[in-house]
Amino acid sequence: MLDLEIDGKQIEVKEGSTIMDAANQLGIFIPHFCYHRKLSIAANCRMCLVQVEKAPKPLPACATPVMGGMKVFTHSDEAVNAQKGVMEFLLINHPLDCPICDQGGECLLQDLAVGYGGSSSRYEEEKRVVADKNLGPLIATDMTRCIHCTRCVRFGQEIAGIMELGMVGRGEHAEILTFVGKTVDSELSGNMIDLCPVGALTSKPFRYTARTWELSRRKSISPHDSLGSNLIVQVKDNRVMRVLPRDNEEINECWLSDKDRYSYEGLNSEERLTRPMLKQDGEWKEVEWQTALEFIAEGLKRIRATHGAEAIGALATPHSTLEELYLLQKLMRGLGSGNVDFRLRQCDFSAELQGAPWLGMKIAEISQLDRVLVVGSMLRKDHPLLSNRLRQAAKRGTHINLINAVDDALLMKIEHKVIVAPREMVKTLAEVLKATAEAKNKPCAFSAQLAALNPSQEARRIAESLASGNKAAVFLGNLAQNHPQSAALHALAQELASLLGAKFGFFGEAANSVGGYIAGVVPFGTPAGKHAKAMLEDPLKAYLLLNTEVELDCHNPREAVAAMRKAELVVAMSAYRHKAAEYAHVLLPIAPFTETAGTFINTEGRAQSFNGTVKPLAETRPAWKVLRVLGNLLGLAGFEQDSIEQVRAEILPDAGADLAQRLDNRLRRQILAAVEIPAADGLQRIGEVPVYSADAIVRRAASLQKTRDARAPVAWMPGVLYERLKLRDGDKVKLTQEQGSATLEARRDDTLPQNCVRAASAHSMTAELGAMFGEITLERAT
Amino acid sequence: MTCLHGRHINPIILAGLDGNNWCIGDYMRRGGYSALKKVLSEKIPPEQIVNELKKSALRGRGGAGFPTGLKWSFMPKSFTGEKYLICNSDEGEPGTFKDRDIMRYNPHSVIEGMAIAAYAMGAKTGYNYVHGEVWDCYERMEVALEEARAAGFVGDNILGSDFSFQLYNHHGYGAYICGEETALLDSLEGKKGMPRFKPPFPASYGLYGKPTTVNNTETLACVPWIVLNGGEKFLSMGRPNSGGTKIFSVCGHVNQPGNYEVPLGTPFAKLLELAGGMRGGKKFKACIPGGSSMPVLPAHIMLATDMDYDSIAKAGSMLGSGGVIIMDETVCMVKALLRLSYFYFEESCGQCTPCREGTGWLYRVVNRIEHGQGKQEDLDLLVNVADNIAGRTICALGDAAALPVKSFITHFREEFEHHIESKQCLVPTYA
Repeated sequence: MLDLEIDGKQIEVKEGSTIMDAANQLGIFIPHFCYHRKLSIAANCRMCLVQVEKAPKPLPACATPVMGGMKVFTHSDEAVNAQKGVMEFLLINHPLDCPICDQGGECLLQDLAVGYGGSSSRYEEEKRVVADKNLGPLIATDMTRCIHCTRCVRFGQEIAGIMELGMVGRGEHAEILTFVGKTVDSELSGNMIDLCPVGALTSKPFRYTARTWELSRRKSISPHDSLGSNLIVQVKDNRVMRVLPRDNEEINECWLSDKDRYSYEGLNSEERLTRPMLKQDGEWKEVEWQTALEFIAEGLKRIRATHGAEAIGALATPHSTLEELYLLQKLMRGLGSGNVDFRLRQCDFSAELQGAPWLGMKIAEISQLDRVLVVGSMLRKDHPLLSNRLRQAAKRGTHINLINAVDDALLMKIEHKVIVAPREMVKTLAEVLKATAEAKNKPCAFSAQLAALNPSQEARRIAESLASGNKAAVFLGNLAQNHPQSAALHALAQELASLLGAKFGFFGEAANSVGGYIAGVVPFGTPAGKHAKAMLEDPLKAYLLLNTEVELDCHNPREAVAAMRKAELVVAMSAYRHKAAEYAHVLLPIAPFTETAGTFINTEGRAQSFNGTVKPLAETRPAWKVLRVLGNLLGLAGFEQDSIEQVRAEILPDAGADLAQRLDNRLRRQILAAVEIPAADGLQRIGEVPVYSADAIVRRAASLQKTRDARAPVAWMPGVLYERLKLRDGDKVKLTQEQGSATLEARRDDTLPQNCVRAASAHSMTAELGAMFGEITLERAT
Repeated sequence: MTCLHGRHINPIILAGLDGNNWCIGDYMRRGGYSALKKVLSEKIPPEQIVNELKKSALRGRGGAGFPTGLKWSFMPKSFTGEKYLICNSDEGEPGTFKDRDIMRYNPHSVIEGMAIAAYAMGAKTGYNYVHGEVWDCYERMEVALEEARAAGFVGDNILGSDFSFQLYNHHGYGAYICGEETALLDSLEGKKGMPRFKPPFPASYGLYGKPTTVNNTETLACVPWIVLNGGEKFLSMGRPNSGGTKIFSVCGHVNQPGNYEVPLGTPFAKLLELAGGMRGGKKFKACIPGGSSMPVLPAHIMLATDMDYDSIAKAGSMLGSGGVIIMDETVCMVKALLRLSYFYFEESCGQCTPCREGTGWLYRVVNRIEHGQGKQEDLDLLVNVADNIAGRTICALGDAAALPVKSFITHFREEFEHHIESKQCLVPTYA
């Protein structure tokens, strides 16, 4: 520890600390632009110059290491003179167009200019003008305002993992730009806007729509991926204008994924459903809530009377709130049906867990791991910020190992990887397990099933890597969870983790993937019922859909839509008017997360409750209220709640104190029938969910839909297939699964495993196809 | 502008050169590589070499004048990984052209110096970073390096010892900033050359993050002589704290501009005499004694000064890289400053705010004054802006841009005032 004195205050800091660190600990503000606590030190803006006793010249606080006995003055004449000098330099070429700058009112340069700038300028020469750049649909530029702090450049290099912006040119000609003709495509790009201390990089969708001081700031929680990013939702005239990150070191730090940041555009979509609607004689008619709910209550009663309660089922997405999910299953069970599920993209339900599947650790603990195995995940796109945690860990030397079906660039060092067809993943994981057992010289639960396996070299390398660490973890990603043999993967991963003394966890798919279990929207409560797949394979008579667009949210959209078309009653509770109009009988406008209070339980098992940030649009109602009233109309007991807090208290008594005990990844029974590759000569589909197709809100976020990540699905295939069909880029191919087909552009990707075709799911262009990882045939389209 | 005139005083590096005797055979006939042989055959302990360097008072010839032996001693001795030695041949300081001649006419002195330095610091790999605008020097160094490799002075197990040293030449593309040692390291790593903040210094975090020493070409060329003749002898050639000889690149309005190697402490007047005196018998007006980054001094001060680090510092300037720019009475100091300011404006890397923004400001104001658009307040403004740049940037380019402005205005203020008042030059005609 080192002692020093800043502005007469004594403090002790760790060795290696900078003056800035010490000042931050003391709560002394030193003006700065290029310094950012999450980025490397550049020391280029020179705004943080301070006086240090015995130093011949002022020193940058951000970069100067503390020495024992140092005396620092941040507000002395020398320091302030230096700071004012730098401020003058920053302003001479800055346009000072604050009245027309989107950053005005939330600009670090503007703020500090008040304290350190002059009221007039001594600079009489012409100011520099810099051409604007097109960085894509999310970030607007005004490069003349750039002060060259290089925060955006360092963010790309250090956090996003890819240098998409750089500074070229010397001296006054230095400017920030992308590689020739490229845009900024990182899934974390919006953070550059937050980092930019001036109005050089601003939000393109938000641009010119509001002034920062006109906005109310309201806390919320992201409804998208399973991280549960903390949000500030900014509102003007009862409309969500912008979403910014709310610092939470344990969850999203100071970052947001672009999905969390820009999805709000979907909240203001033209497709919003505004009034309850009934289909009468094939025509949709707007009706009163009372009429619609009575119609539903009567319909459900009739079907229960004629077909039994088990003919009714409910399908929800894990983007619904905990309270909505809970009341949905309570309503279904009140009716006597256990047919409830939210695991719509899952297809193997044979694993029985001891509790709700979760990350198996705190999110922040990822940073402390030294060995990691990720099985089946589009890591960067499914979990942009968890992925960043792993990236930062990898930089510190953590081994990241991967078993996956695609070899997308993860922008971090991958120690070892095996890229195989989904159908071969079980075998690959089993090989790693066997090699680990051998390396550890320990018995393994499945020695009989593994006896015939001969682990590949790469599987052995993964095993060696995992066995060489002290803090290891094995994670199953979305692909593994939605895999046709997810239970086998689960059993193997659990055994591998236990052999290693490692943590074992799931990267939850969505905001409430844990909450769905906690709310009981699973068919193994009382009464028990059918899981999502069974409900659709063998169609029911009535379906309640909560936030669900079956053609986009289900493992097998073709089967799901067919089931809907056969039903006597389909009730679609949604914020949007969507394809359900073709098969539903009632459409109920329910509130998205910004218009209702609710709770999401994130992948680390943290319950985060939030309030609505704007009033519900038109006749929209929070779904928990809708379900509560529907419960009354059906004469069910237990629907007397007056507030959402009462609903929440039923699910999480003691404010969720016991939540930790309800999380458990362990299987009730260690099952693993056999490790073999399912016999199939055909092609297997890799039908991942693209990042901006995952849920109803993001699908309607206009700017995100213009990004490269949201491009129309194409059929990616390895070279062998490509050549067999004599394809060239731009040729179309017809993909067929079951009786449905889709015609997509063909693209070659030699990193794909043999006998695989990668064609995204959750997209209208592929909604006619079947299972995400099912067999698929391929022919040249004519 | 050459060094082949023979008018040196006790030369070490430039002795006996005729322009054609640069090959390894010629070098060895002059006694070349005997220092390296001595070091390796006698297994002289590395610390002893560093101590000799310390005794010699050899100071860095690139411009900063840092004691070389002390710099070498900063290299971590117990560090087991890769360590690097860099020769900074990125000679870009206006008025300086000595390293060019060393590389052209005595390239092996640099190679031998590097091999000894690497031995003394435990470096296994060296790079000679050659300025991109003297392409012939790069080619000459390549040939010389090939000769040295063939002769076994560079490579594995040099002269049968267990000392191995791999040396490579690398050329830049002429950016002035890449002569700054940490920008040079970035450039060598394949990045855009921009100075790094120090600390950490290269000795702890240099090329590819490894301990690195960067020495100037002339500095390294002195090393073999010191090893052969001892540090004390080198010291005694010059002045205390300024050991040995120094090559001064004398340019400007003298009859015989060129490189002159003389003992440190030689009176300026003697140097001027060696360079053939003032061209056309014109009156000596001013001199920048250490390359364009150093303060200008009026003739009368220069004529009373000796050419060593301390004497020039006492006179109010710095010895720098030894680029002696002589200006006669026909020189308009405003125009001279304009040219210098334009140089720093163009060569600023753009990283630090004061330098990126301030060099352009300085240039534009001087430009205005030169073209009769100046105001009296501009002179104080220039000095103030220069003060706001100097000492507030990562590297010394900010100081280099500020010092000429301040010194030109200090010593020749009346010329600037005349420009502003009468909108014309005080210097009546150009000869």
